[in-house]
Amino acid sequence: MKFSESWLRSFVDPTLSTEELAHALTMAGLEVESLESAAPPCTGVVVAEILEVARHPNADRLSLCKVNVGEPAALTIVCGAPNVVAGMRVPCARIGARLTGADGNAFEIKRSSLRGVDSQGMLCSAKELGIDDDHEGILALASDAPIGRDVREVLELDDTALTLSLTPNRADCLSLLGVAREVAAITGAALVLPVIAPVAATSDVRHPVKISATGGCGRFAGRVIRNVDAAAPVPHWMKRRLKSAGQRSISALVDVTNYVMLELGRPLHVYDLNKLSGGIDVRFGRKGERVKLLNEQTVEVDETVLCITDGSGPIGLAGIMGGDSTKAETDSRDIFLEAAFFFPDAIAGRTRRYNFSSDAAHRFERGVDFDNNVSGIERATELILSICGGEPGPTVDDVAQLPSRLPVHVRSARAARVLGIDVSDAEIGAIFSRLGLACTRTADGFDVTPPSYRFDIAIEEDLIEEIARIHGYERIPANQPRARAAMLPQHEGVRPSMRVKEAIAARDYQEVANFSFVEAEWERDFCGNNAPIRLLNPISSQLSVMRSGLAGSLVSNVRYNLNRKQFRVRVFELGRVFRADSSVGAGPLTVAGIDQPLRIGAIAYGSAYPEQWGRAGRNVDFYDVKGDIERLLAPAAIRFESTTHPALHPGRSAAVLLEGKPIGWLGELHPRWQQKYELPLAPVLFELDLDALLASPMPLFRGVSKFPPVIRDLALVVDESVPAEALLEAMRSACPALVTDLTMFDLYRGKGIDAGKKSLAFRVVMQDTSKTLTDVETEAVMAQLLQLIAQRFDAKLRT
Amino acid sequence: MDNLEKIVSDALEQFGRIVDATELEQAKARFLGRTGALTDLLKGLGKLPAEARREAGSRINAAKDQLEAALAQRRDALAQLQLDARLAGEALDVTLPGRGAGCARLHPLTRTQERIEAIFRSIGFEVADGPEIETDWNNFTALNNPENHPARSMQDTFYVDKQDEAGRPLLLRTHTSPMQVRYARMHAPPLKVIAPGRTYRVDSDATHSPMFQQVEGLWIDEDVSFADLKGVYTDFLRRFFETDELQVRFRPSYFPFTEPSAEIDMAFGAGPNKGQWLEISGAGQVHPAVIRNFGLDPEKYIGFAFGSGIERLAMLRYGIHDLRLFYDGDLRFLQQFR
Repeated sequence: MKFSESWLRSFVDPTLSTEELAHALTMAGLEVESLESAAPPCTGVVVAEILEVARHPNADRLSLCKVNVGEPAALTIVCGAPNVVAGMRVPCARIGARLTGADGNAFEIKRSSLRGVDSQGMLCSAKELGIDDDHEGILALASDAPIGRDVREVLELDDTALTLSLTPNRADCLSLLGVAREVAAITGAALVLPVIAPVAATSDVRHPVKISATGGCGRFAGRVIRNVDAAAPVPHWMKRRLKSAGQRSISALVDVTNYVMLELGRPLHVYDLNKLSGGIDVRFGRKGERVKLLNEQTVEVDETVLCITDGSGPIGLAGIMGGDSTKAETDSRDIFLEAAFFFPDAIAGRTRRYNFSSDAAHRFERGVDFDNNVSGIERATELILSICGGEPGPTVDDVAQLPSRLPVHVRSARAARVLGIDVSDAEIGAIFSRLGLACTRTADGFDVTPPSYRFDIAIEEDLIEEIARIHGYERIPANQPRARAAMLPQHEGVRPSMRVKEAIAARDYQEVANFSFVEAEWERDFCGNNAPIRLLNPISSQLSVMRSGLAGSLVSNVRYNLNRKQFRVRVFELGRVFRADSSVGAGPLTVAGIDQPLRIGAIAYGSAYPEQWGRAGRNVDFYDVKGDIERLLAPAAIRFESTTHPALHPGRSAAVLLEGKPIGWLGELHPRWQQKYELPLAPVLFELDLDALLASPMPLFRGVSKFPPVIRDLALVVDESVPAEALLEAMRSACPALVTDLTMFDLYRGKGIDAGKKSLAFRVVMQDTSKTLTDVETEAVMAQLLQLIAQRFDAKLRT
Repeated sequence: MDNLEKIVSDALEQFGRIVDATELEQAKARFLGRTGALTDLLKGLGKLPAEARREAGSRINAAKDQLEAALAQRRDALAQLQLDARLAGEALDVTLPGRGAGCARLHPLTRTQERIEAIFRSIGFEVADGPEIETDWNNFTALNNPENHPARSMQDTFYVDKQDEAGRPLLLRTHTSPMQVRYARMHAPPLKVIAPGRTYRVDSDATHSPMFQQVEGLWIDEDVSFADLKGVYTDFLRRFFETDELQVRFRPSYFPFTEPSAEIDMAFGAGPNKGQWLEISGAGQVHPAVIRNFGLDPEKYIGFAFGSGIERLAMLRYGIHDLRLFYDGDLRFLQQFR
């Protein structure tokens, strides 16, 4: 909502400066988004009447104007504009006047000579005054503009345009009258309502109206006006006010309807009476019906769209936009004015369906005063007659059904409890009266009947908000609450995700945050997902599907940084991934049909360690990253199994298993993607379920032995195909309790070992809490282990 | 006997001159060894009369003690010299850079979120998180924002090609408020929770990202008032920015799920934004219809909710000017937050 301060002050004129008024509005919930002055500064520009226009003796394109600025001597001014004629009143910058140039800097008008003729000033275009972009000609002022008067006064250039950012509940403030009511309530200044006298009919011509859809249209007031001059010029004052409200002047009839809408919040529509085919019927549309609208768009309607119809079918969308076929134009002679009330539910959401918006729809879907239909028509009639002339018929007011306005009860004690302040009944009563809310006292509070223009007062809280607003949010204290002091549970078996993030960062992975929507191609390449969840309204094709894995985003992070000469990139992300999964039901933290777990993904690219002296550089490999995963999940016993994954090198990828269940994967990027995504080196990536990383078993104490450990190594030769983990697991599951640790510490291939074989070395730590172990006992354990793996894996002791 | 003094002075002179441990031992042999000068003197004692023998013997023994002490002292000194020489050879350039694995850090938004969580935890708020693809009911209807309501156009919603059980398209949550409903239905009052997380709206420019992060706050009990909301949120901002030189103002606004509703603005008392009002949060008393959707009686339970942009808080805290930096994954930006 945008309007000029002077227009507002014509209704209510509090003793506040512009800034104070703006602040008061903002603090009452009518946020003032901007204040713009109507024109940049200028001085010495006055209204001048052009007395005569003569040709410049030395220039075809220039003319010599004699102008009267209200002094005995006329001024001679050289002017290049084509539109100057004798009798016209125009702005004249006299010698010494100061104007603001297009660059924002002030400049002075000096006596000058143009092609040999002295010019005693300058006639100004709207652009030169900074009020419009129109520089086609000199600005024509009203024919009765007082000669010699400062144009700032005449054109109200010291005015300020206020732009309000209104919340959807305050449709009543989508008009000057509405804002003025609010200003009166906030400041206590008197509200001067416009005086609207009924305009007597001079003919009895009517146009028949029927309301078939009484659930959609509550009221329809109409009036015929014949013999109007629709091409009559729009008065300057109206143009100015419309302009201050951001509306361009179009034609007298259109401007009047816009003016009344801005002034009273009363949308109107004007039909060309002679284009109507019989009586108007307000009804819902029928399947297959179409209507071409004023915006040239042709739309199809159905049973959910309220239409204005005549014998030809729909001629407009009720409360949204009129139709092309019956529109009033500058050659229309007889017109029909409509001032209807449409229920918000019958209008809401329809424009979004048709993908356009209109001022009328914006108002009707929020709620329009259903008691100013007739006064709106009278106001419009008065304006039309004064501009276009004409013979008005009687105003016909058809009322079908109007919104009910039942009293809303508010308890003073409830208001005090919700707001946390003591507010007296006397103050509450005064607040309601300032807001123009009719109320009666009850035993514990008030019964308030909302006025016809308020659509936001239906329950007690609505009134509590009004009390708070007018009392002033700023006057409500900021309390430190008193509350029960129950302690929060602290689960030691689950670590906070923040700790997991810190642990990953401590292993040199920088955290990133990527969008949850990605390119469909990433889903195909990195997740093997040809049917991702798609956005119905993506902002671009690069952000069009929900990711089911993090790999694509991580690869893109590497690319982004490589392009910026960062050659070692290690990043991780914690984020949800999204997959359609019919096994997921609706639950406290789930949505039926969609699995959306939190996953942690990471990528390591470039050298294994930060570049440093004394350590040969090498690129990160599978085992570096595997080590990271092992540390992150420690002490949980996890297993790695060779696997395949669309993103990964088939020979260098592993499933990560916790207690036998897959919790994620690890591997080197598939060479195909490395090439396609132009990565000079192969990155290693992993992705894990966050839940698995959160589980953090409670530590359980075991006795510390006083006796020395016995450490034995076991070097074995096995087939290349035997996975190291299989050997470890077999030994761990079979070894007696006195083995406290069993790890692999060396891998050897080459001299001394046959091709197709490898040597693995294990270290076995044995210890007893009650005695020193004897050689016999430890040798027995070693023999047992060797025998086991010799049998199971055909392992031989390395000699 | 007459040369005892000479022997002692010779020995002391030689011990003092020698810088090599082996030479020192050879010198020791020359004076104190089996055939050494002092030993020879001792051997010669037998030829002396008893009286003179005793006297000479004690002089020789004193000289021997003196030499042995000198010898030990010289040995220590030589060992020290040797050690000094070795240590000098082992000296490092302590200014060479240290080695080892690197250490990265968390995202500035995580860092911000952690601060927010810590501040609210300090007065007993729990932290919750939930789904990002949501149902229309949880994101809108349960929050008193039915279909076709003009307030829906306040938020441009991303929809996905999947539907809920009622056949409505699922959507990307436009705010963290659905967590109010989910949390309330899982817990009994008092409800005291914050819910940080990712949210989505159809919007993209220097000040809007199609994905952004919010933190929802909810406190429902029998007497949690608007004045309490003002107190808690004002306190939060002062703790978050670590300054009491901070003005906070609440002004009336509208959200379907709160009433009275407020827009919260703040202004710093110092720094580049000094005195300028900055929108920081939307808030209000939870609407009775929403309390009913929690499964609670609005006559008994009242309280407040707020929703703040985590990016906004991070930008003001760290002086970041472009929202898009958070989501570019640029290491040169991210690594600044160590």
